[in-house]
Amino acid sequence: MTGQLDAQLQQALADRLLALADDEVILGHRDAEWTGHAPILEEDIAIANLAQDEIGHALIWYQLREDLTGRDPDETVYFRDASAYRNVQMVELPKGDWAFTMLRQYLFDVYERLLLDRLVASTHAPLAEAAAKIRREEIYHYRHTSTWVERLALGTEESHRRMQDGLDRLWPFAAQLFVAGPGDGALAAAGIFPDLSELQQAWEATVRPFLEQAELTIPQAEPLTVGRERHTHWLPILLGEMQVVARVETPETAW
Amino acid sequence: MSQMPSQEQIWRALQEVMDPEIPVLSLVDLGIIREVKVEGQEVTVVMTPTFSGCPALEAMRQEVEEKLQELGVPRPRVEVVLDPPWSSDQISPEGRRKLEAFGLAPPPVHRGDPEIMLNPVVPCPYCGSRRTRVTNTFGSTLCRAIYYCDACQQAFEQFKPL
Ligand SMILES: [Zn+2]
Repeated sequence: MTGQLDAQLQQALADRLLALADDEVILGHRDAEWTGHAPILEEDIAIANLAQDEIGHALIWYQLREDLTGRDPDETVYFRDASAYRNVQMVELPKGDWAFTMLRQYLFDVYERLLLDRLVASTHAPLAEAAAKIRREEIYHYRHTSTWVERLALGTEESHRRMQDGLDRLWPFAAQLFVAGPGDGALAAAGIFPDLSELQQAWEATVRPFLEQAELTIPQAEPLTVGRERHTHWLPILLGEMQVVARVETPETAW
Repeated sequence: MSQMPSQEQIWRALQEVMDPEIPVLSLVDLGIIREVKVEGQEVTVVMTPTFSGCPALEAMRQEVEEKLQELGVPRPRVEVVLDPPWSSDQISPEGRRKLEAFGLAPPPVHRGDPEIMLNPVVPCPYCGSRRTRVTNTFGSTLCRAIYYCDACQQAFEQFKPL
């Protein structure tokens, strides 16, 4: 099925694309906050690259959504308030320390890699094509962040403690990546977007043994299962900074 | 009705449009021009991005349009496609030579093998030694990694395999 989607599936897909794009643009913004502040020069360069990649991926998803809805990507990013954003809370949390940043990126990278592995078989051709494009770049992310998580977790007493603190904080939030929205069942049934509970199983089967061999303890906390319309107070603060230039700009502004 | 350039003329002209981040490499060398279509007064160039977050794409698109206008195409079209995804394997042999002369190690041909992508042997573009090691898989642009040559003790950049 590569042709027309019915109105209901089209709406469901537009909603899902917004979720994908918002996750990447907000995570990319948080990563970009390290530019000029990372622990060492090499990592400053690396995190700036990761941020740029994530924002580039966000643009691809926003453009696919634009094809369905006519909504301009810049308008969508710079002129929506927090209540209209559909990212998970995990990506909007403040950047924290380096352990927190690398762990958040790692947990997201595994999710993204497994998702893309499935999306390349989507029955909606534009989605499958975009996934094939993005998947190649993710290979570098995954290697980088998994190396850091392992190295810090098995490093000094302090680096281990910081990584464990990061995991204690992030683990319940990560579950929200797999919370289905109202249209996701129909998308999965049509083979357009993968089933999120199967994706969650695959994600846990990857991250759990990895974290455990890095001598981290997976917390027993209650998972976050609220919908993507719910946000922490950190998102409006982030958006205030991210959107200010676009919002004060007038049509006459010359760069 | 003005005379439209031939496909061949357009391909030749696109050889003069350089990648803004690697000014010795043309868009044709880079392998991102997929198709040139001339249908009556309609001229369309189909291109594909290298890395999807590449900020140079918009600049390259404009330069292609300007180049076509120089050739007398009144309203050139540039279409961007993602499928099939670009790979660094598509950089031409000529492009690889130009990269090396520029001091940027060309990417290994990997045919999708992640082992070759992630752990390539990268000869030094200055002295040719294979005693080199990666110091950062991320570099000054999305498409570059940073290496060090233990033979001539020079840091150098590699065009990253994708
Ligand atoms: Zn050398």
